[in-house]
Amino acid sequence: MPRAFTPKVVTANALLEGDVVYFTAQGTWTRALSEAELLSEETQAKERLAEAAKQQDQIVGAYLADMADGDAGPVPTHFREEFRRTGPSNYFHGKQAEA
Amino acid sequence: MYSYNEFDTAFLAERNAQFRSQVERRIDGSLTEDEFRPLRLMNGLYLQLHAYMLRVAIPYGTLRSEQMRMLATIAQKWDKGYGHFTTRQNIQYNWPKLPDVPDILDALGTVQMHALQTSGNTIRNVTADHFAGAAADEVADPRPVAELLRQWSTDHPEFQFMPRKFKIAVTGAEADRAVIRAHDIGIQIVERDGQIGYKVLVGGGLGRTPMIGKVINDFVPEPDLLPYCEAIVSTWNMLGRRDNKYKARIKITVHENGLESFRELTERRFAEVKPQFGGVDQKMLEEIRGMFAPPAFRNAPVDAFEAARDADPVFRAWADTNLSAHKHDGYAIVSISLKKHGETPGDATDEQMRAMADLAEQYGHDELRISHEQNVILPHVHKSDLPAVHAKLREHGLATANIGLVSDIIACPGMDYCALATARSIPVAQEIASRFEDLKLEHEIGPLKIKISGCINACGHHHVGHIGILGLDRAGVENYQITLGGDGTEDARVGDRTGPGFAFDEITGAIETIVKTYLAERDGPQETFLDAYKRLGVGPFKAALYPEKAESKANAA
Repeated sequence: MPRAFTPKVVTANALLEGDVVYFTAQGTWTRALSEAELLSEETQAKERLAEAAKQQDQIVGAYLADMADGDAGPVPTHFREEFRRTGPSNYFHGKQAEA
Repeated sequence: MYSYNEFDTAFLAERNAQFRSQVERRIDGSLTEDEFRPLRLMNGLYLQLHAYMLRVAIPYGTLRSEQMRMLATIAQKWDKGYGHFTTRQNIQYNWPKLPDVPDILDALGTVQMHALQTSGNTIRNVTADHFAGAAADEVADPRPVAELLRQWSTDHPEFQFMPRKFKIAVTGAEADRAVIRAHDIGIQIVERDGQIGYKVLVGGGLGRTPMIGKVINDFVPEPDLLPYCEAIVSTWNMLGRRDNKYKARIKITVHENGLESFRELTERRFAEVKPQFGGVDQKMLEEIRGMFAPPAFRNAPVDAFEAARDADPVFRAWADTNLSAHKHDGYAIVSISLKKHGETPGDATDEQMRAMADLAEQYGHDELRISHEQNVILPHVHKSDLPAVHAKLREHGLATANIGLVSDIIACPGMDYCALATARSIPVAQEIASRFEDLKLEHEIGPLKIKISGCINACGHHHVGHIGILGLDRAGVENYQITLGGDGTEDARVGDRTGPGFAFDEITGAIETIVKTYLAERDGPQETFLDAYKRLGVGPFKAALYPEKAESKANAA
């Protein structure tokens, strides 16, 4: 049996600010993980990544990040993505301060 | 201190103008990220977890007050009001925006600073003993040679496509405060029969495969140093492995080929390159040396210092911990701790940077140093000025009396910032420092160096920490491995792993267990942690850290 596919979102950093961004179902970029498109199928995930990566004028380094399906949108399954959507733990900077 | 000549100024201005145009072309879409990445890295601009990061070189860790003030201005104007001093005498800004970076580089240029070669497979910022030019135990100031190496290595045409990055450190004293044995090339100034020369080590490095540097030549005469270094880098550039990034550093080249063979090839290459130097480097060295002439030290009574030391226990505790012996009578070297308990190791706010710049200008012959231990040094302070310096430091939260103690922790940025990190470092350092502050044990414990890296690349020098902590990702959870008995000095040694790692919420307790084991086992307060470890070995520490294991062993017996 093939291994179950872990849902994913396309994420990157914004070209100008370097801020963490996520790809939406509309093909735009959002700062909020809750607005990201959750991709639950592997082929679809690869296609969306390829589309997202074309937007070189807006982002840097697009990749697929593992997520779970939460009540309010995608939720990180790994601590690295948790830090990316929150900000550093030593100062109240980054996303946590902008919300 | 070194001052740029016309060539330096023009070169930097041209590079900055080039980068400005490259940034414009990236933003307008003419350059893809693949095209732009190597260009931004050449200028010290990384992309990290939450933002870009700009790494600015502080060559051999030396700053004038106007330079420190500019670092403060950049932090305030283009970042979030602070900077992070690193283990390679750089400063990192964690939040610059891409369109601002050309302006930041121009601002740095106005005070003769840059971010060149702070990334990529180049010869990186040349580091030096942070007590250079001030230490009582020094044969000679290592900075003129470090500056010569900086000039030689900047844009060196032969070394633009090397197998990997390359790091050089220089010290002028036998006591190694620059960790030269953990560098690709380590240089120690030595004196033999009245002649200055250099003991050259090669193939040291930390990271995934830690190795202690080996002496390739115990006395390179002064005029031969630059061609000799060129011969080493050149030999490695030919031999070094480009097939495997993890085997590309010179430590692996020396290890795989053997020191003897590497030395022979270096000597052969040296014979070829030496005639090309023709003495111009020595002329330059002489000019550079003139710029590093010692300041005009004054002779004055030190009664005010002695009186303050007797009268004020807070001042006394700070003076006993944060001062080092200066070569000139009546002077002291002041280490300003950037390790206030519970704060981020190596961070300074713009306001603190300005305060330190003011102190350097008013009391310190206008000089500051950044140490690889992520502290700031005022290398030349007359003892009579120390009470005033201390009072000002206190006003700015900079008077923590913990240099060389358990809370004077080296920590890399870890997963709070770094894209390469596998776990966080900073909160671990914060919690350990706070724990020992609460226990009020710090001064009783005495000299103890804890070093924390958030990944195997070892920017936090964990291998050479008396206690080293390495943060890893174990099946999606942060896990911290401990090493003991590492040493970054002239007796350099890689620490021994204790055993299985500890979870994020267990690591501070584990460190406390180690320290309490030391306190229980030591011969007395005069036996330092490192000495006790050398005598006892890892055994008692393991038994204390993993009691279940010790017990099951006992049951089995």
